[in-house]
Amino acid sequence: MIILSAKNLTKSFGKKIALSNVNVEIPRGRIIGLLGPNGSGKSTFLKLATGLLVPTEGEITIDGAIPGVETKAKTSYLAERTYLNGWMRAEDIIAFFEDFYEDFNRIKAENMLKELNINPSDRLKTMSKGTKEKVQLILIMSRSAELYLLDEPIGGVDPAARDYILNTIITNYKENASVIISTHLIADIEQVLDDIVFISKGEITMTSTVDEIREKYNKSVDGLFREVFKC
Amino acid sequence: MKWYIDSDRPIYKQLVEQIELRIISGVYSPGDKLGSVRDLAMDAGVNPNTMQKALAELERMDLVFAQRTSGRYITEDKKVIDEVKKALAFREIEQFFEKMKLLGFGKEEILKLIEKVEEGENSNDNTKR
Repeated sequence: MIILSAKNLTKSFGKKIALSNVNVEIPRGRIIGLLGPNGSGKSTFLKLATGLLVPTEGEITIDGAIPGVETKAKTSYLAERTYLNGWMRAEDIIAFFEDFYEDFNRIKAENMLKELNINPSDRLKTMSKGTKEKVQLILIMSRSAELYLLDEPIGGVDPAARDYILNTIITNYKENASVIISTHLIADIEQVLDDIVFISKGEITMTSTVDEIREKYNKSVDGLFREVFKC
Repeated sequence: MKWYIDSDRPIYKQLVEQIELRIISGVYSPGDKLGSVRDLAMDAGVNPNTMQKALAELERMDLVFAQRTSGRYITEDKKVIDEVKKALAFREIEQFFEKMKLLGFGKEEILKLIEKVEEGENSNDNTKR
């Protein structure tokens, strides 16, 4: 069963082509790493999947439907930049999410805040960069979605919290849901991935399972990435 | 017991080896119930599908068996465990011999060295007493 499908997907901003003729199918029940150097089109791809951007050519579908109200209800998206207001307290945002999303689980969110020692009555603007990121990831993973789109979820958090967050990701998605994680911190997340998609200059250059890469190249995905994208 | 995933080899193979080792060394006893795939995956910090694949491989090796409704158990067949233990010992010894050959030692020399080191250890033990 396919949760996300892209056919001849192309996106350009004026003359600049961000994604060029991308064809990919993401099955359910997998954790996929969308891996590529800066400016390769990772965020553009995720924004197309959420409906924040519309394709210049081709199409992208979530569970068979073009991104819209219906797909947004089952897609949980962690944006690369926050869209939440600084004056909001963590508990305000929880209420906000509860209103917005039917599949939001308040108890889950509150438990995770507690486990990471984040005070629910703290305002977002008083939190460190890493704590802000944690709050947002907690909110995103507290939804019982079919598809999670995580744009750089671990960039700003310390290694200990990284482990917690990765565990949060692997334990919180439903069996038939999929998680797409875009990142360049490959070594840290490689163990939790099923599949990888290498993307470079707007084109998909490789799709494989993590263990296939290790078997075939005798290298970790991180090692292969460093070799393929060597500057 | 901690899980160690090193960088280069397939992750599921490393999981198989480490569960093997846990069974052989008695961390898991014969007949023990294993945790759920998700719990094991979380404990090892790996993807649940990868853990699933490792457990399927252990089932194929008869080290682990599944009971349809109640989960997975460690085999109660001591013979199977002994076989795996022997295989593992052979593998370790082969690797050891390969390394020693690289260092330029012949078989006789290696055996003599082993005895010497063993005696050394024993005499150390004596001094402790």
